[in-house]
Amino acid sequence: MEKTEYLDLYHQMVVIRRLEESAAELYQNGKIGGFLHLYVGQEAVSTGLIAARRPEDRVITAYRDHGVAINVGISANQVMAELLGKATGISKGKGGSMHMADVTKNFWGGHAIVGAHLPLAAGLALGDAYRDQKAVTICMFGDGATNIGFFHEALNLSKVWNLPVVWVCENNKYGMGTTIDRASAVSEIRHKADGYGMKNQVVDGMDLLAVRETALQVFDEVRNGSGPQFLEIETYRFRGHSMGDPERYRQQEEVKQWQENDPIGIYHQHLIKDGIATEEELQQVVKDAEAVVKTSVAFAESSPEPAPEELFTDIYMEE
Amino acid sequence: MARITMREAISQALWEEMERDPDVFIMGQEVGVWGGTYAVTKGFYDHFGPRRVRDTPISESAIVGAAIGSALTGLRPVAELMTINFAFVAMDHIVNEAAKLHYMFGGQMVLPLVIRTVGGGGRQLGATHSQTPDAIFAHFPGLKVVSPGTPADAKGLLKAAIRSQDPVMFIEHATLYQMRGEVPEGDYVVPIGKSIVQRPGRDVTIVTYSKMLEVSLKAADKLSQEGIEAEIVDLRTLRPLDMEPVIESFKKTNRAVVVEEGWPSYGVGAEISSRIYEQAFDYVDAPVKRVAQKEVPLPYNRTLEQMAIPNAGDIIAAVKEVL
Repeated sequence: MEKTEYLDLYHQMVVIRRLEESAAELYQNGKIGGFLHLYVGQEAVSTGLIAARRPEDRVITAYRDHGVAINVGISANQVMAELLGKATGISKGKGGSMHMADVTKNFWGGHAIVGAHLPLAAGLALGDAYRDQKAVTICMFGDGATNIGFFHEALNLSKVWNLPVVWVCENNKYGMGTTIDRASAVSEIRHKADGYGMKNQVVDGMDLLAVRETALQVFDEVRNGSGPQFLEIETYRFRGHSMGDPERYRQQEEVKQWQENDPIGIYHQHLIKDGIATEEELQQVVKDAEAVVKTSVAFAESSPEPAPEELFTDIYMEE
Repeated sequence: MARITMREAISQALWEEMERDPDVFIMGQEVGVWGGTYAVTKGFYDHFGPRRVRDTPISESAIVGAAIGSALTGLRPVAELMTINFAFVAMDHIVNEAAKLHYMFGGQMVLPLVIRTVGGGGRQLGATHSQTPDAIFAHFPGLKVVSPGTPADAKGLLKAAIRSQDPVMFIEHATLYQMRGEVPEGDYVVPIGKSIVQRPGRDVTIVTYSKMLEVSLKAADKLSQEGIEAEIVDLRTLRPLDMEPVIESFKKTNRAVVVEEGWPSYGVGAEISSRIYEQAFDYVDAPVKRVAQKEVPLPYNRTLEQMAIPNAGDIIAAVKEVL
């Protein structure tokens, strides 16, 4: 990677972190409605994955989607405007926090029913396989999604049809407030892929470069016909499941311990230690990222509400 | 025009659309090697090959979900659910994905998707395999729901569904596959969302669709012998619903009977009669009557099952009540 690429990944992670922190504040001030699931702590997962994809590779994820949105190149303005339900939002204010997508950037959402997007991912990959296009579909989901039927149907179908999908489980240890050992018959999630004869491995999701390197290799294999593969990426969300989370299910010590393992901090240290960037340069990146987020809040707040007639548009392509 | 069966008409539409457009493909349980559980896709696998005629596992969520995903990439999947009773297993993908994606992402996502499925009772398949839950699917904005009652409409509407840019539930009836009728050869397309008068009359309006069209036509023939001329409006599409021919007919006859095979509660008859009151109240000479399935899970026993499903006698009795 070039130095600018290293710095850009740092920039992306800081934008996500600051954007989520601003969103939390706006939520508490009543400016964001509905549910809000923050990606704080998990930034290295999607940043590393998306850094390894090619433009023709498709991405689809669950409802914790703001990070992916930033990583694929949706502007912070459009993400923040969507959170505020404005006409300038990436989904015109009709989707909200859980439903962001930009199909021109091969980002297919943002899906709020746990596990339901996994069969869709199989279908996206089928679209490429049908046309003999060498592209990978990257499908991200939480550990909670591995207990629902959709997961098993989708993994099975992808293997039966040898589809170019990379199934990425973001294991943040909790399905809402339920720990893995209370919800899943196997505690090491990747073993579920064994049941479908699928190659799988575990990756440290707090290490951006480890995620990126593994992803580069796996995407390459899948692109070249290995069939579907499974990645279990170990991570942790520093905030609650959503803004309405009383967090009675975990100890503050545990959260602290993980926060010391901050993905942005780890990457920061790496850039310094390997002499890729100086403290001053990284401080500048942080300042830039903060400016981007600050601008996005101003943009979103000053953006217009959707026009009333938008209520009745986009129901069908053909009336 | 050739006189062919409903099965042949549907098969013809699929075949011609697959020949016309390489993006059209079929996926579902037993659609390939087996040739379709109702033999609709017999010969397709050998002609079009495994890429375009895709046998799936018994995985309804994966069938509909993967069909949606492939439609997003610009393909035109015709996903078959062996019966509409199994659509409940895929309900999330039909309701929360197919019907929502276009709207929810501000119009970015386009789903040229057809879900072909089969409903209806009368074959002693018991309570779980005999349902007519069409109205449930017609409840959701974002879906189109089509259910033909003649071979010609089956061909023309299926072609329209395959060419549509929107997700379409195409609901066939299990006891209509042998029905014969005149079907135009070649490129015959019937627009979605158009009701039609299938039999002209002056005394009463019968509103119906699918299998109950056949039953209503029988009832109308018998009524005719008694000098009562029923006009029959075939809805053909449940969503978007075209009320124009219904209202036009009702303004002439001032009396209506709505006939559906499904249960009456919250059903097609409830919807149609409510719209008649809303749109033509001044023309009402008698309360609109509903003919529908008895409110029971369908039993296996033939006699009991037939008691539960509407027949021509029920329709005749209802017509006489509104006259």
